[in-house]
Amino acid sequence: MQFEPVLTKGIGKVDLTNIDVYEAQGGYQALRKALTSMEPQAIVEEVKKANLRGRGGAGFPAGVKWGFLPNDGRPRYLTVNADESEPGTCNNRTLIYANPHQLIEGIIITAFANRISQSFIYIRGEFKRGEAILMKAIEDARKKGYVGKNILGTGFSQEITVHRGASAYICGEESALLNSLEGRRGEPRVKPPFPAVVGLYGCPTIINNVETISNVPHIVKNGWEWYTKITANPDNPKSCGPKLFTVSGCVQRPGNYELPMGVKLRDVIEIAGGLRPGRKLKAVQPGGSSTPMLTPEHLDVPMDFESVAAAGSLLGTAAVIVYDDSVDLVDVALYWSRFYSHESCGQCTPCREGTHWLERVFTRIKEGGGTEGDLKMIADMQTQMAGTTICVLSDAAVAFPASLLKLFPEELERYINRVKEVRPA
Amino acid sequence: MTCSACKGITPDDPRFAELDAFIQDGHSSADFLIAVLHRAQQLFGYLPEEVQHHVAAALGVPPSEVYGVVTFYNYFTLTPVGKYPINVCMGTACYVQGAGRILELFEKELGIQPGQVTPDGLFSLDVCRCVGACGLAPVVTVAGEVHGKLTESDALKLVAELRERAAADQAEAGAAVATVGGESQ
Ligand SMILES: Cc1cc2nc3c(=O)[nH]c(=O)nc-3n(C[C@H](O)[C@H](O)[C@H](O)COP(=O)(O)O)c2cc1C
Ligand code: SF4
Ligand code: FES
Repeated sequence: MQFEPVLTKGIGKVDLTNIDVYEAQGGYQALRKALTSMEPQAIVEEVKKANLRGRGGAGFPAGVKWGFLPNDGRPRYLTVNADESEPGTCNNRTLIYANPHQLIEGIIITAFANRISQSFIYIRGEFKRGEAILMKAIEDARKKGYVGKNILGTGFSQEITVHRGASAYICGEESALLNSLEGRRGEPRVKPPFPAVVGLYGCPTIINNVETISNVPHIVKNGWEWYTKITANPDNPKSCGPKLFTVSGCVQRPGNYELPMGVKLRDVIEIAGGLRPGRKLKAVQPGGSSTPMLTPEHLDVPMDFESVAAAGSLLGTAAVIVYDDSVDLVDVALYWSRFYSHESCGQCTPCREGTHWLERVFTRIKEGGGTEGDLKMIADMQTQMAGTTICVLSDAAVAFPASLLKLFPEELERYINRVKEVRPA
Repeated sequence: MTCSACKGITPDDPRFAELDAFIQDGHSSADFLIAVLHRAQQLFGYLPEEVQHHVAAALGVPPSEVYGVVTFYNYFTLTPVGKYPINVCMGTACYVQGAGRILELFEKELGIQPGQVTPDGLFSLDVCRCVGACGLAPVVTVAGEVHGKLTESDALKLVAELRERAAADQAEAGAAVATVGGESQ
């Protein structure tokens, strides 16, 4: 597939953490253009027309979200979600570690467009080095006059504060992130009100993913028309732009690949080196551990928000996890259920108890003590855990078990029937 | 020989002064709780009650809230870590490459479970999620240092090496104490 990378251009070839190198590649030109020749509202419109969809998982149009900020004179904040903890996902990490100035440029343009003077980057606890890279990049940008007071003499000022979390998956959920940023336990807040109206310190707050914000300079620099043409599936105008896919699991070259939105699942797997010789594809989670599985019949599904949803799953974080015929999916279910029961914040009963029960049920099944009743229990849990809680971690936790039961019941029954053989009724 | 980590922390411990300096350097309001706890854990290795109370008083936050935050986040720990904290990565890539077996091996060899410290204070064992070195799976970190593509015999060798290193350190420290004639810390 011929594709000129946008977000990862230069990574692996030149050192983009060096601000001069970044500038030599055209960096900070978009910031100059935005601050010196564009009205804030025009930038918001540009991003709306480009149809930039949030890359943090839900795919909400960024420009539309920005439009929700009330005009009531309260201070406004921008918070970049760099908590990246979805299992299988590590594309934000690459964008932070290898191209930090792109993110900083995006932050300043976004802040300018939304009349914000203070931004935060909430980075996950494990990214200690990432925190250092960002702090240095911010200082380098300050020396060049891109951060701080009166940027490029325009009168616009911007401070960026980096806050490192302390390891908790739930802090990626936007309202939990705000609590954590305020120094508290990262427990999600009840919505509405949404953060755009009542966010950080009770003030209007925009929260966007690292990759979302990293797209902004390119849209400003090249225009929305250019951006909407970046797609491998022109039939669907609702999803476009460059997308980082993190491919892991049973492929020969796992890693991050920047590809156009709408690329076929088949091509994503192919680009990641394909399956190991002699192996057959069993299933794929197209968007991280929280997304239901797709099967080989879906290989020609375009990887964009709408097409993956139509196929019964979600594009999520575009963390493509590939399982071949050597994988025991019950083992995977046990692994995921351990993860979610550990990471549930415990506020909602269906999630706190449900994730715990899923772990117990899969442990039991895996150890050979499962019954037909356990299969029914998994089915019941789907209705009880999804759509009943403060945040969607609960929905995410049952997504894999439910799709396992629906698509591969025989894998579960194999364990159940094994017990029957040992202990005849 | 007592291990320094198990000794109680007294109010005149010089590390409190260092922590206070950090707090006074623009981190004295409640919203800096997590940043202050990061610094405290960096200084003390863990967050015992004494340290939590100190932070609570300094930031004007109830101790219960400090405890709530400490126990909410994975990164913070209430138990002291060993001289060589061993962290076995149980992230997706490492799990698939047999991290479970490596963990069992450490458990057997050290006689402790994740979250515990050996009685001599030398080793502590823990599990973590992806450390971002999946290409080297299975990965183990020792005091932040990454050891990749670990086989079971590599793991055993690693423990033996660390034991030797500790013994050498101790011999050296012993010699120093003997010459100075001072008290061992
Ligand atoms: C349990 C949970 C974890 C999440 N983790 C992340 C994360 O690590 N990074 C992220 O950008 N969004 C994460 N999200 C989504 C955020 O809540 C939010 O939708 C997103 O940051 C908005 O940015 P975007 O519109 O640019 O995608 C998570 C959501 C949930 C429910
Ligand atoms: S759904 Fe789970 S993680 Fe989300 S708020 Fe409720 S208990 Fe917490
Ligand atoms: S899973 Fe262990 S380093 Fe990534």
